[in-house]
Amino acid sequence: MSNVPGDLRFTKSHEWVRTLPDGSVEIGVTDHAQGALGDLVFVEVPEAGRQVRAGDAFAVVESVKAASDVYSPLGGEVLAGNDALAAQPELVNQDPYGQGWIARLKPATTAEVEALLDAAQYSEHLASEG
Amino acid sequence: MAYIPHTDEDVRAMLEAIGARDIDDLFDEIPAGLRIGSLDGVPPALSEMEVSRLMSDRAGRDGRPLNFIGAGAYEHHIPAPVWAITTRGEIYSAYTPYQAEASQGTLQGIYEYQTMMASLTGMEVSNASLYDGASGLAEACLMAIRAHRRSKSSRILVPRALNPAYRRCTEAIAGTQDLRLEEVSYDPKSGCTPLDALRPWEGQDITAVVLQQPNFFGQLEDVDGITDWARAQGALVIAVVNPTSLALLRPPGEWGEKGVDIACGEGQPLGVPLSSGGPYFGFLTTRMEHVRQMPGRIVGRTVDLDGRSGFTLTLQAREQHIRRGKATSNICTNQGLLMTAATIYMALLGPAGLERVASACMARTTELVEALTRVRGVRRAFDGPRFHEAVLQLDRPVQPVLAALAERGIVGGHDLGRDYPELGHALLVCATETRTREDIACYAAALADTLGRVAAA
Repeated sequence: MSNVPGDLRFTKSHEWVRTLPDGSVEIGVTDHAQGALGDLVFVEVPEAGRQVRAGDAFAVVESVKAASDVYSPLGGEVLAGNDALAAQPELVNQDPYGQGWIARLKPATTAEVEALLDAAQYSEHLASEG
Repeated sequence: MAYIPHTDEDVRAMLEAIGARDIDDLFDEIPAGLRIGSLDGVPPALSEMEVSRLMSDRAGRDGRPLNFIGAGAYEHHIPAPVWAITTRGEIYSAYTPYQAEASQGTLQGIYEYQTMMASLTGMEVSNASLYDGASGLAEACLMAIRAHRRSKSSRILVPRALNPAYRRCTEAIAGTQDLRLEEVSYDPKSGCTPLDALRPWEGQDITAVVLQQPNFFGQLEDVDGITDWARAQGALVIAVVNPTSLALLRPPGEWGEKGVDIACGEGQPLGVPLSSGGPYFGFLTTRMEHVRQMPGRIVGRTVDLDGRSGFTLTLQAREQHIRRGKATSNICTNQGLLMTAATIYMALLGPAGLERVASACMARTTELVEALTRVRGVRRAFDGPRFHEAVLQLDRPVQPVLAALAERGIVGGHDLGRDYPELGHALLVCATETRTREDIACYAAALADTLGRVAAA
C-alpha cells in the first residue's frame, strides 16, 4: 500500500498539493504515481511566471518506458519549478512528498484547494482503481 | 523472411472470422464521395519486358548531359563499393526495424552513422536521419520552438540567402503551427547576410535564427558573428550545412563562442545519386541539453545482462508510439537505406578523403568561374569567399541561354530569376570534383558561342 500523508490534498490524476504558510502551494506526484511510472529518467518542470489553469498539463515525467503529463491541480501563477530534478529526476521516486516536489504555485483562489480530495478520499480512490 | 501472398481461401477465411462480407466492407468508413470508384484511368498492366523497354526509352530521353547545376543537390563521384554494399540483402531496407533490438547489425549501422554525423557537425548527438534537408529544417524549427520555452514569439529569422525550397518546405510543414518566419536580407555586394541586416530585431523576443553555410548562393556567411549575435538576443541558432563542406569549414558546433543549438542539412552529397530529385535523406544533430526535443529515432550503445556490448533504440519516450499526439515528431522511421549508403561513403573516404573531395570541388568551381567570366557578357555577382557554387550575371535573359546550352547537352545552372528577381539575369553554377578541365572548357566555349547567337537584352 502506498504512502498517503494525512496533511496533503490530492487529485484523481495522482498529484498532491501542500499549502505553505505564505498561502502558496507545493505540487508533486504521489507515491502511488511514482511507483506506477517506475524509475524516472527525466522531469520537465514548468518555468516561473507561467499562468496555468486547473487541469492544464504543466510538467512531464518520463520513465524508462513511458512519458506522462502532470496536470496542475489548481489555477494560478507558477512561482518556481524544482530545478534539482534536472540533474536528479530520481528524487521523485525516492522522496515524492519532499525533495521530489515539482512546482510551487500561487493559487488564484483558495477555494480550489478545498475542493481537492483529502487523504481518506484519495485512499478510497486508489482502492477503487484497484 | 518468406513472402507468401494470401490465397483467395485465406482472404475468405479471415473475412469470415471478422464478420465482413468482402474487402470493400473494410473501407466503408470512408465516405463514398471520397472514393475513386473505378480505376478506368489506369492503363492495363504491361509485361516486365514491356516495362523495361518503356523505362529505358524514357531514361534515354534525358541523355547524359554535362551538369553544372547544384542548388541543393550535388553530383559527386560515388565509389563502386558504396552501393554494392548498401544493396546487400542483409541491409537492403528503407526502415528502422519494428523489432529493432533483434536487428543488431542495422542498429549498429545507424549508431555508426550518428557518430559520424555528430563528429562532422561538431555536435553531441545525431538522430537516425530524416526525409531530406528541407524537411530537416522544418523539423529543426519546430524543435527550436519546443526547446526554447522562455521564448513566446515563435518567430524564426531566416536569411533571404537560404535555399528558397527549404523555406517553402518549412512554411508548408511548420507554418500551420503558429510559427512565423521573418526574412533577413542579404548584402547585394557580398551575397551574404550582414550583421546590420539583423539589427532591426535587436532586443526582441526571437525563438531562433537560421543560418545556412555555405548559403544558397554558395557564399560563406559570417557564422561566428551571427551565432554570437543570436545568442546575445537569447535566440537559439539553427545551422543548415552542406556535409561535404564540413571537411574544410569549421563545424557548426564551433561557430561563435558556444556553437549552434541544432545543425541540419541535406545528406545527398554523401554517396546518394541525384536520381531525379530523390529519395535523399536529411540529417539533424544537436546538443545533449535539447535531445528530448529532438525528432526521429536515436540508437544508443549499451550492455546486456551478461555485460556484452549491444545496441538499442533509446529516448523513445519522445516518439509517437509512446507520446502519441505529443510526440516530438511523427517521423519515427528514417531514410535508412540512404543513411546506410552515406555511412559507407564516409567510412570509405575517411576525413582525409572527404577533405580532398571538398578541396577539388572548390578548385573546380574557381576554374569554372574564371572560365565563364572570361566570356563577354558574363560577370560574377558577388565578391568574397565561397564554397563550390557561384552566382553569375548575364547581359540577357537566362532561360533562352539555358535552352540553347541544353541542346548541346549542357545543363548550365539554376536560373535564379523566379526566386531572386532583384538579381537580374542571374545564374547559379556549380562544379564538383566530377567536372574536368575539359568539361569546363567545353561549357565556356558553348556559352561564348550561345551568347553570340541569343539576342542581348
